[in-house]
Amino acid sequence: MIGVAQQAVAATLAAGASDAEAYGSEEARREVRARGGEVESLTAATQLGIGVRAWIGTRAGYAFGTDLSEWGLATLGARAAEAARVADEDEFAGPPELPVRLTSDMAAEVALEPMPVLELSDASVATWSVAEIAELALAAEGAALAADGRVAGVEQAVYADSAERIAIVSSRDVSGEFQRSSCYAYVLALAEGDDGRETGLGFDLGRGPAALDPVAIGREGAERATAMIGAVKPQSRSCPLVLDATVAASFVGLVGRGLSAGAVQRGRSPFAGKVGGEVAAAGFALSDDGLDPGGPASSPFDGEGVPCRRTALIDGGALHTYLYDSYTARRGGAASTGNAGRGGYRAQPGVAPSNLVVEPGSLRFEEQLSAAGDGVFITDVAGLHSGVNPVSGVFSVGASGRMIRQGELAEPLREFTIAGDLVSMLRSVRGVGDEPRWVPFGGSVSTPPLLIGAMTVAGS
Amino acid sequence: MSRLIEPEVAERVLRRALARGGEFAEVYAERNTGMTMAIDESRIESVQSGAEEGAGVRVTSGATTYFAHVDGLDPADLERAAAEAAGALRGESGEPRQLHAVPGVPQAVEQRPADVAAERKAALLRELDERGRGAGSEIAQLLASYAEVRREVAVANSDGLLSNDDRSRVRIGVQAVARRGETVETGAETLGGHRGFELFDGDPGFVAESAARKALTLLDAGPAPAGSMPVVVGGGFGGVLFHEMTGHGLEADHVQKGASVYAGKLGEQVAQPLLTAYDDGRMPNEWGSDAIDDEGTPTQKTAVIEEGRLTSFLYDGLTARRDGVAPTGNGRRESFRHLPVPRMTNTYIAPGEAEPEAMIAEVARGFYAVSFGGGQVDPATGDFVFGVTEGYLIEGGRVTRPCRGATLIGNCLQALMAIDAVGSDFEIKTGICGKAGQKVPVGTGQGHVRIGSMTVGGTEV
Repeated sequence: MIGVAQQAVAATLAAGASDAEAYGSEEARREVRARGGEVESLTAATQLGIGVRAWIGTRAGYAFGTDLSEWGLATLGARAAEAARVADEDEFAGPPELPVRLTSDMAAEVALEPMPVLELSDASVATWSVAEIAELALAAEGAALAADGRVAGVEQAVYADSAERIAIVSSRDVSGEFQRSSCYAYVLALAEGDDGRETGLGFDLGRGPAALDPVAIGREGAERATAMIGAVKPQSRSCPLVLDATVAASFVGLVGRGLSAGAVQRGRSPFAGKVGGEVAAAGFALSDDGLDPGGPASSPFDGEGVPCRRTALIDGGALHTYLYDSYTARRGGAASTGNAGRGGYRAQPGVAPSNLVVEPGSLRFEEQLSAAGDGVFITDVAGLHSGVNPVSGVFSVGASGRMIRQGELAEPLREFTIAGDLVSMLRSVRGVGDEPRWVPFGGSVSTPPLLIGAMTVAGS
Repeated sequence: MSRLIEPEVAERVLRRALARGGEFAEVYAERNTGMTMAIDESRIESVQSGAEEGAGVRVTSGATTYFAHVDGLDPADLERAAAEAAGALRGESGEPRQLHAVPGVPQAVEQRPADVAAERKAALLRELDERGRGAGSEIAQLLASYAEVRREVAVANSDGLLSNDDRSRVRIGVQAVARRGETVETGAETLGGHRGFELFDGDPGFVAESAARKALTLLDAGPAPAGSMPVVVGGGFGGVLFHEMTGHGLEADHVQKGASVYAGKLGEQVAQPLLTAYDDGRMPNEWGSDAIDDEGTPTQKTAVIEEGRLTSFLYDGLTARRDGVAPTGNGRRESFRHLPVPRMTNTYIAPGEAEPEAMIAEVARGFYAVSFGGGQVDPATGDFVFGVTEGYLIEGGRVTRPCRGATLIGNCLQALMAIDAVGSDFEIKTGICGKAGQKVPVGTGQGHVRIGSMTVGGTEV
């Protein structure tokens, strides 16, 4: 892969670019979908492609393609250079200037500081056969059905994995490559109540199938679905909330997006102008950690070859810094935090969180409920992509969950909304749970449940 | 355009796919070329072009679908995919039928976007930037984007079908940010079609003005109401409501899994008799139109609700075979990397008889939802939620003030039945619909529609 990337850089320079960077990825994917005790579909795929950034002075362009022949790479380089000619000049555009030299596989060196070696691949992705991963999906489905007699079926039980090799090369001496594997499984369980169906999601993720527990996945789906049977609409009011880890993660993902320097510099973030200020309750701490050994998004370097690291974002309630790639760092007079995100070779890099980590607190879940007193436990939110204004942070999203009465979980609730704004919500965090969980919603987030002092609930 | 796949190669690949058993095999080949660019802070940036080709091969055997996809269209790539797809099968080999070419008739495209100089596209963005910023001094930011894509597709299957399509789409989108002191609001508008660059021959600048106007209007917005009330939904983008709350539940895969509230309701009254709705993949040059679906079935106009009665679900080949009906041309996929599933094309509520003004005049206290940021529905329960990006309070039969941060929430069976007026106006807008991890272009349309009672989730209790 690294050889192809080198050729692409050379082709782009030959097409007239003053600087070039190529990002290549090669990936093998598998997916099993099971239903009714049978395999519904089995997918095997290979993907191989390359994306090239070209700079002509301070004009930047991008092109990607799947034709890796000599002719294909020459065309690719020419298209990237052509795109750069159309763009306007931008004084902050350019390749990363760090004296970065990335070496083979997991290790990288920056200014002679060795990077920690990350183990990002699990052998079980390669060694588990198709029959074994199919068995895992079927086992998750079976566990959901067996967990509770009220589970009427499983809409879908899915297992998927991926093994990828990523290489990056630039005309400024960046050259590195690493491998990573990942997998996930989930079930969507259906429970039958007197007045309709309820769905419940159970999931887990890891670096390989050996790390997943299909029985726990199935049970979680069953528990979530059956817990919703007989759900009613709550009365509209303002009250304390406990956010389940999956829900907290979705909101933390939105916070991470708002802390990206790109959004801030362009006046599209509720956190603009707030560095050094108080943006959260004192007990809330959030970091971005691209090196977390358990983090699904961990990697030795980011989407433009800058080494990943841990960055404290919010600590003691105060906002410390934003997340930067090399463009926003140059523009903001800061250093890159290694947060050039990349959605594969088809996307050019842009600032994005890696793994967002909420520091666990000391409250057990029961203690969070009891501190809430009379409130609502939120187990699911819907419409986050439409119900949130990313500029102002104002949101109103659909939700379901359970009533909390005198510190105990009571009747299930559905068809209501919770509304507020992100900063006010962080400021009213009154207690952080002690059991964090990796959640793939809203990016890659590790968070425990959160107790929120008060928020508007709109029902009947 | 060179042919994506030669008939002899297709036959060889299909034979290979059936070599270890299975009742049905298909090869889907695709070449995608596209370009996007944006203007932000009055500067042309993010200029990007892409070119990729590849194929997906699937084999079905009993209830199981085996699928493999590869990047590249060399005959060797295709045969490798066929071998991978068949790899887990353990049966007797089958013989595909001889292929009969039935070419699709692509939508008319006058000016291929790729033939238009990049500078003209940049000039279009500069015009959007100027027009949007010119709409008011409180417009603080403006982001406009241009996207073109050409998808050439060819599909062949073991039933002897061989068809193809050539699809060009263009779309512009504008997001405006208005600021007054600490108050920040956004407004968005899009224009797109299954068309060439001629889509922008008229006055595309109105798209930017419309986005800016929405943002400026919201600067004066108060909190949204919370609670149950009548809701008048605007035309055009308002169609996303029907798309989400009813359209997804009509997709046959959800229905057959018992994961749709419309399962078993064919022929039943699901709405008032004043409501008729269609899915139509043939509408000339609309965003959700194609000549054939991604399985080679010609697209068609399907009445899904006639005078309130549920008349048809939306089928791809697999679900149609299961129900013993003809496919409705709704087997769509994001790319060769995905399996086709039943998807909407252009879905709309047909124009009714009510005048929009009269509809509002009859409401004592309610909500007027004009634009949505999007929505989400759980087809199994029918619960849905929509973010309203442009909404107003209705008081005493009049639209009184804009509201921020509103969400509509409800259950689709009840909400559809509660539609008590359908407007005589009509408009179709563009959307990108996500399902099963796949995004496809869809049209959503309607005139003004009034829902007798619905939950509005705001902050003003």
